[in-house]
Amino acid sequence: MGEKKIRILIGKPGLDGHDQGAKVVVRALMDAGFDVVYTGLRQSVDDIVDLARKEDVDVIGLSIMSGSHLPICEKMKARLDEAGLGNKLWIVGGNIPAADRETLCAIGVDGVFATGTPFDEIVNFIDGKVN
Amino acid sequence: MSDKKTKKFPTRDVTLESGIPVKVVYTKDDVDASGGEGGIGQPGDYPFTRGIHPTMYRSRPFTMRQYSGFGTAAETHERFKYLISQGQTGLNVAFDLPTQCGFDSDDPMAEGEVGRVGMAVDTLADMEEAFDGIDLDKITVSLTINGAAIVLMAMYFALARKRGFDLSTLRGTAQNDILKEYVGRGTWVFPVEPSIKLIGDTILFCAEEVPKYSPVSICGYHIRESGANPVQEMAYAFCIASAYIDHALARGIDIDSFASRLSFNFDIYGNLFEQVAKFRAGRRLWAKIVKETHGAKNPRSGVLRMIAGGGGGGLTIEQPENNIVRGAYYALASALSGTQTMALCSYDEAFTIPTEKAALISLRTMQILQEEVGVCDTVDPLAGSYYVETLTNEMEKRIVEQMKKVDAAGGIVKAISEGYVQAEVSRQAYEQEKALQEGKARKVGVNCFRLDEEAPDVAMHPFREAEARKQFDRLAKIKAERDGAAVDAALATVRETAGDKSVNLMPAIMDAVQAYATVGEVMGVLKEVYGTYDEPLRF
Repeated sequence: MGEKKIRILIGKPGLDGHDQGAKVVVRALMDAGFDVVYTGLRQSVDDIVDLARKEDVDVIGLSIMSGSHLPICEKMKARLDEAGLGNKLWIVGGNIPAADRETLCAIGVDGVFATGTPFDEIVNFIDGKVN
Repeated sequence: MSDKKTKKFPTRDVTLESGIPVKVVYTKDDVDASGGEGGIGQPGDYPFTRGIHPTMYRSRPFTMRQYSGFGTAAETHERFKYLISQGQTGLNVAFDLPTQCGFDSDDPMAEGEVGRVGMAVDTLADMEEAFDGIDLDKITVSLTINGAAIVLMAMYFALARKRGFDLSTLRGTAQNDILKEYVGRGTWVFPVEPSIKLIGDTILFCAEEVPKYSPVSICGYHIRESGANPVQEMAYAFCIASAYIDHALARGIDIDSFASRLSFNFDIYGNLFEQVAKFRAGRRLWAKIVKETHGAKNPRSGVLRMIAGGGGGGLTIEQPENNIVRGAYYALASALSGTQTMALCSYDEAFTIPTEKAALISLRTMQILQEEVGVCDTVDPLAGSYYVETLTNEMEKRIVEQMKKVDAAGGIVKAISEGYVQAEVSRQAYEQEKALQEGKARKVGVNCFRLDEEAPDVAMHPFREAEARKQFDRLAKIKAERDGAAVDAALATVRETAGDKSVNLMPAIMDAVQAYATVGEVMGVLKEVYGTYDEPLRF
């Protein structure tokens, strides 16, 4: 291929410790050929944005299971814009009720992938948007 | 049946999640080939394969203890009263994430999380309100707390003392299993070594002062929920339990003075027979480990007392009402396994914390099982089944093999500290998820028998932002009214005591919380001494 691999950061914001989904998605994205950085648990939004900048990623993904996705994403949007990363592809996964999808998109999230989304769907979405 | 007869009919291959191939028909030959019936024994007798009591549910049916708690202490108190009024016989307290991770409600890290997934507790005043009017010597109370366990246990004991209960009458459990938090669930705070020391403090304190209370509930549950298969679930839990025992023994306590108070928390979903065999094998193996490895003289030191609950891992977002049926099967498996306590994730739990109605359906599911279906009539009703006895023998062997792998990786403390167990579990989770997505593992409503659903029609548990705000005011008021000098002095003692590995911290922490020091203040002092955990990330 020779092309530069797409770099993805998967972040676990907040105090929620349910990381099975995040880790499974990290493995799936690695298997699909992406470069993946995982933050580990209990990161503040600032931590995640800092790491995204430092790691120079193309895609920023958040895994949120606790139900706090709306306040977290509102804060995230502000920080991403401040950091000049507002143009990066931003995706959110986890325990996201269908009713909140539109709200998340209105905040600025590019793709919402609720629990159980097939890996291919996430991979194709990223491939389609970044390339 | 001979092979000739079965060969006429095409059959599909079946392999359990634990990797055990399942035959079409089992006979006595299979039982014999797998190790025979020698290990079955009698209920109530070592090695307890058939149950830890001779009469089991005929004398005392399983306790029903739904996990509950949300918002403020006042809201949680209402739910407790409601569940007790509906016949629930134990309480299982859910704390919000800030409490679990040791942050006060006014800490910036707590933003958006106060009261969201459990009850917010900042000071003893919150515990006083939550348990107001509840007879602590009559009901068993389980505290689902880990990283901050010693502080919340201190609060519960301080509360009981303040209300005039003798600590020796208290029955219940603290989850207090930090090693599994590093593998799944994730509410760790301190590094591994001081965390184990704190658990040792609770074990030693309870052995002396609160002898009927279980200071630790070792959880295979969350390891399985993180993706482990049933064999890994049991093996890692036993390795972890042994690590706590080794620590306590090194501090000079006698095995027979505390081992029987260690309890376990396991997960149920998936194949019913695999679950039953897992628990029968687990009981037998744990009894042997406590006797042969840890040197217990009293055979009852090795009884495996457990809560075995229907796990969220089996529930689906799709067609959520199906989860009610799943819960009933999990409850059946749990009862057939001889559990002491049962809990069921509610049908809406793939979305939200359970609404009152959903929690009631779970409770009724267990009550129907007790009252109508006959599973409590006789002990270990599946004993003697060729299939179940063969599987029990097979599961035991595989759990032992899995435990040997942990030993080969340097023991459980090293294996968890370096992220080995975490990587094993997440690899298994990934394989299982791929099997679901490829249709190799079947899940009704997910990869077969799907419905075209827009968004499933489930009532969400309301999260009341205004209630969370009340918690800030309440905390501010308590901080203003308490004796500040007494708090400072008590926290200074905690700091000093924490520096000395040979001293039990529980009395100092009880003094601090009695003076209305906050969870965050006590944990903050301990963080200064111990530092915080640095998560190893291995894939």
